[in-house]
Amino acid sequence: MARYTGFHAPNHTLAIYAAVFAFVLYLPILFIPIFSFNSGVYVKFPLEGFTLQWYVNLLGREPLKAAFWNSVKIAAAVSVLSTVIAVPAALAIARYRMPGKAPAVSFMMLPLVLPGLIMGVALLGLLNRMGVTLSLVTVTIGHMVICLPYAISVLLPRFIGFNRSLEEASADLGEPPLRTFWRVTLPCNYPGILACVLMTFTISFDEYFMAFFLSGPKSTLPMYIWGQLRFPQDFPSLLALSTLILLFSFVLIFTSLRLSKVGQTAQTGALK
Amino acid sequence: MISVRKVSKSFGRVQAVQDVSLEIRAGEFFSLLGASGSGKTTLLRMIAGFEAVTAGQILIEGQEMQDLPPHLRPINMVFQNYAIFPHLNVHDNIAYGLQRLRLPKVDQARMVDEMLEMIALSGYGMRKASQLSGGQMQRVALARALILKPKVLLLDEPLGALDKQLREQMQLELRGLQKQLGITFILVTHDQEEALTLSDRVAVMANGWVIQVDTPAGLYDHPKNRQVAGFVGTMNFFDAVVSVHGQDRVADVAGLGRQMLNGQAGPHGNCAKVLVAIRPESLVLSSTEPGPGKPSVPGKVEARQYLGGRQILHVAVEGRATPVAVSTFAHRGEDSWAGSEGRPVWLTWGPEAINVIDPD
Repeated sequence: MARYTGFHAPNHTLAIYAAVFAFVLYLPILFIPIFSFNSGVYVKFPLEGFTLQWYVNLLGREPLKAAFWNSVKIAAAVSVLSTVIAVPAALAIARYRMPGKAPAVSFMMLPLVLPGLIMGVALLGLLNRMGVTLSLVTVTIGHMVICLPYAISVLLPRFIGFNRSLEEASADLGEPPLRTFWRVTLPCNYPGILACVLMTFTISFDEYFMAFFLSGPKSTLPMYIWGQLRFPQDFPSLLALSTLILLFSFVLIFTSLRLSKVGQTAQTGALK
Repeated sequence: MISVRKVSKSFGRVQAVQDVSLEIRAGEFFSLLGASGSGKTTLLRMIAGFEAVTAGQILIEGQEMQDLPPHLRPINMVFQNYAIFPHLNVHDNIAYGLQRLRLPKVDQARMVDEMLEMIALSGYGMRKASQLSGGQMQRVALARALILKPKVLLLDEPLGALDKQLREQMQLELRGLQKQLGITFILVTHDQEEALTLSDRVAVMANGWVIQVDTPAGLYDHPKNRQVAGFVGTMNFFDAVVSVHGQDRVADVAGLGRQMLNGQAGPHGNCAKVLVAIRPESLVLSSTEPGPGKPSVPGKVEARQYLGGRQILHVAVEGRATPVAVSTFAHRGEDSWAGSEGRPVWLTWGPEAINVIDPD
């Protein structure tokens, strides 16, 4: 009989299952970087040869550059604005008892699960009614609608876990509420707030539906990719572009997750 | 100095503090003692301004405070979990409240250094909060509050998170500091030993009411009722009936027989039901029958609690369900009560041992 190794001994079967799970999850994505370095035009095995030409190929494209900068501009505006709007909202939800709070919060989170298509159509209809000309600004508005619930869901657990006696201590030491917010609440929660900025930036940067419905003559990066799919000889270059975007998104998301954790341990500050 | 006048606080239907009035003198070390849920912390938080009063007034040096927010009250507080700012180092934590005063940097630094010296943490200024031990955080929290020279310092279970040895050391330091500075301290604690050690006066709270306000010795020797007597130290309670025979007032005490009551306060009517309370250290135990003259009852040792310097013997006596606790000193070298379980003994006591208190 095998020796009993304790209730919390490592479970190998489960570990292998988890590894397979992760592998299958990322298998399709894995093909993108692999074929972006393949010298053949078509995505098929066997691989032909290693090349960086598809990456070099990206450099000269003016429309791509324009689309990239459009996306960066939108993402920067969206991330900062939605974080600035979400911080007081999340604080209020975390702090105060109000009637109907739970349903209200669920309602705020609804855009997370609503199909982007529906949101896009709805916003397009609304903006048309109001006579707003479609532009990068309307895309920004659309992205904010998507990003605000994300921002709140990132910030809320941090504000709930925030030790309120730190703010009480500040008030007790003579600081009025706004100064307390500035000197204690913000600096103590900056990892979570930064995580929120990075998360919303990534979401806006990769978003397609809203951009598709709400953009004017200028296009965003995901729209550019979609437009180029018509040209088969361009496909490897798109894979190269996608690889770069993947890398960028991964770095942002990973940093944002790390920041959330850092904040949570730093925050205990008082007791073990 | 501080007047709490008919202060009440309710959270919805729960009455947390009920009609509390206290007069706390300048320079006094005052404690609010009670079990959890007794309202002591709520009362402290109302004094600090973190909770609004439902009714009543709080005055400091004659000025009404109950409608001011915490940052405008001349009060500073040491929080239960210290609430050291995790994003600041020790120096900046202590200097936090000075920024508002717009003092020159040099003066600020000098004041912080003085504080660090006072709490015996000189040279720790650049440390992060996470690098401090519990006792050190406690001292930083104290320094951060005291640097503003408050009229009143509030302490919310400040020693609760420390281990026993450190707690006792900090108690002595706290007491010394308070005497040295002359600032009024108001301490909230559930630890009766702590309250007795530190305080000039103690208010015992239960269910939102203040039951008794007295000096530690007053509380210990003359508890007002069963709650106070049971909360402060160990106490044996006996049911008794008081009766008057001519000039004498006597009590028939369950388990101890008839006792003369001379001079004790308490009800004077015939057949009044009372409670007789006797401290374990007021009883004397002997293994042989004592002579007449002193009251005594026979009993049998049921259990022994050895506590080092002293020990508590639980003695069963006739006419009483629970054994009587008797405290005796354990002398070095001769442990006469070792293995005494089951031994017949006699309990004796002097007339001053008997406290007559209200049965409720």
